[in-house]
Amino acid sequence: MKGTLKLAYKLLVNDTAKFSALLLGITFAVFLMMFVTSMFVGVLNHASTTVINIGSTLWIMDPAVQTVANTVGIPDYVLDAVRSMQGVKYAVPLYSGGGLAKLSDGTYQSVNIIGLDDTSLLGRPELVEGKIEDIYAENGFIAVRDAEFSKLENPHIGSEFSLNDNRGVIVGIAKVATSGLYGTPTLYTTYERAAQYLPNPRYTISYVLVEPKSAADVQRIEQQVNALGYLALTKEEFMQRTADFFVYKTGGGTNMLIMVIISFLVGLSISGQTFYTFILENLERFGALKAIGAKSRDLVGMILFQATFTAITGYGLGVGLSVLLIWLAKLRLPSYAAMLSFGNLAIGLAMVSIIAGISSYAGIRRVLRIDPFEIFRG
Amino acid sequence: MPRVAIQAKGLVKWFGEGEAKTTALKEVDLEACFGEMVYIVGPSGSGKTTLLSVLSGILKPNEGSVQVEDIAIWTLDVDHLAEFRLNKIGFVFQDFHLFPRLTTAENVAIPLILKKKEWDASVREAEGYLEIVGLKGREDIPPVKLSGGEQQRVAIARAMVSQPDILIMDEPTASLDGDTGNAILSFVRKNILNENRCIVVVTHDSRIYEFATRILQMEDGRLKPTTEKSAK
Repeated sequence: MKGTLKLAYKLLVNDTAKFSALLLGITFAVFLMMFVTSMFVGVLNHASTTVINIGSTLWIMDPAVQTVANTVGIPDYVLDAVRSMQGVKYAVPLYSGGGLAKLSDGTYQSVNIIGLDDTSLLGRPELVEGKIEDIYAENGFIAVRDAEFSKLENPHIGSEFSLNDNRGVIVGIAKVATSGLYGTPTLYTTYERAAQYLPNPRYTISYVLVEPKSAADVQRIEQQVNALGYLALTKEEFMQRTADFFVYKTGGGTNMLIMVIISFLVGLSISGQTFYTFILENLERFGALKAIGAKSRDLVGMILFQATFTAITGYGLGVGLSVLLIWLAKLRLPSYAAMLSFGNLAIGLAMVSIIAGISSYAGIRRVLRIDPFEIFRG
Repeated sequence: MPRVAIQAKGLVKWFGEGEAKTTALKEVDLEACFGEMVYIVGPSGSGKTTLLSVLSGILKPNEGSVQVEDIAIWTLDVDHLAEFRLNKIGFVFQDFHLFPRLTTAENVAIPLILKKKEWDASVREAEGYLEIVGLKGREDIPPVKLSGGEQQRVAIARAMVSQPDILIMDEPTASLDGDTGNAILSFVRKNILNENRCIVVVTHDSRIYEFATRILQMEDGRLKPTTEKSAK
């Protein structure tokens, strides 16, 4: 480490009380912000569970659909029309809905039902027990072993339940990439069985899943579907549409923004004040350095180093604390919807950089104004 | 013929404006040579510290010039002036201005570190200077745990570590008892002063006058005629 930076480091960390207060402020601010944004990111991610788990390239839906859970039935002719469009390799229907399952102990449990295309089973989950072809067996359902699995009384192959007075039998146990947002277990079956077991609206197709012949065909298919009066979205666009709904139409985004601003202000007020006080208390020493022969750029470098070092250390501790608490929460609540993404890590880093910048700017201005003559005058 | 270390001509320095204007230096001329230990003495408010600051490149005069060896210091820009102080001047401040969060050796090493010398080498070199000022074995303790006299020695070691041509001492005995003050100045006169170094001391402590080679009396911003002293 360069000599003046090591000097700055020692002046900073050897003042244990001030350094701890500085770290505490930044750590707390980062923790607050990370925790809030990670919960929000987790919620957004879990809100798109079906899209992630099914994994189709293109989703065709009614334009009124806001999130994957809020389905609007589309008529069968749309499926036929899409199948005949240029650039479509294949298109299949998907049923996505909810029902009440009566368990063996007589209790009722709401469940998500995903009805896969009978022919292709496009979007089928990875099985950990049983065979996928058993889904065609009479009353066959596949349960998903996720955080909500226990709500179905931890079923095994052969477990029975009833859905709208129709008998259901678990023929396989699957695992999926991510579990749902609403705390309800998921059951997979065939499209025909789902439509048969659950109350039927006029149209039973929730989504048409499309595989384009090539990536270049995506835009052309989207245009053809739009001309038909429906909406075609890629997997990523559909996830974004779902996220936008939660961010802009539920107040969640505003709440998150308020929390980010509050944590920023808390961090800035604690760290900024403490750092400025630290500079003021060391003003005499900076003045002595200036008198001895330190150049202004040496002093600026020292202050920037102190602010950066504190910010990065506080950032690391804040992120570490968030990770620890999310991990502990997930041990207790496996479906706990919190998730750190590169996005919220970047927002945290940007916030900490601004705090460090503002804090050091005030300190630098003060230090550059010191007149070493004052050191002589005592 | 002794070489001239510092030559100041027509120094004028005032503070404030209008009715609040106070003139601290009034047409001051001064010459100090290598091998000299020059005392500037006088009552409080006579302009001693202002003169010391102007001579050492810390406070710019309103009028006049200061030549240190062959450098007209007040023609230098801020960075070159800082470099000049770092290379040519050693400072012993009245209140020492030691860094309480650093060890004694690290305090002494500061001028070397500012000269971009590597940290460990600077601290090793500083330990040698602590030995010279009689503080061997005290390298790793913070200066707050030292007595006033010992802290003064640390300040002297810090001023000497970059081997400056000129040593500036501002009220070096102000925080010391009489015996310690005498011991410190005696040490400086015997061990620090040499034919290639000039020491300028500002003091109003008459108990240490005996260590000066020349005493300049300052009063109301003006220097009075010189009192020559014999070598001690």
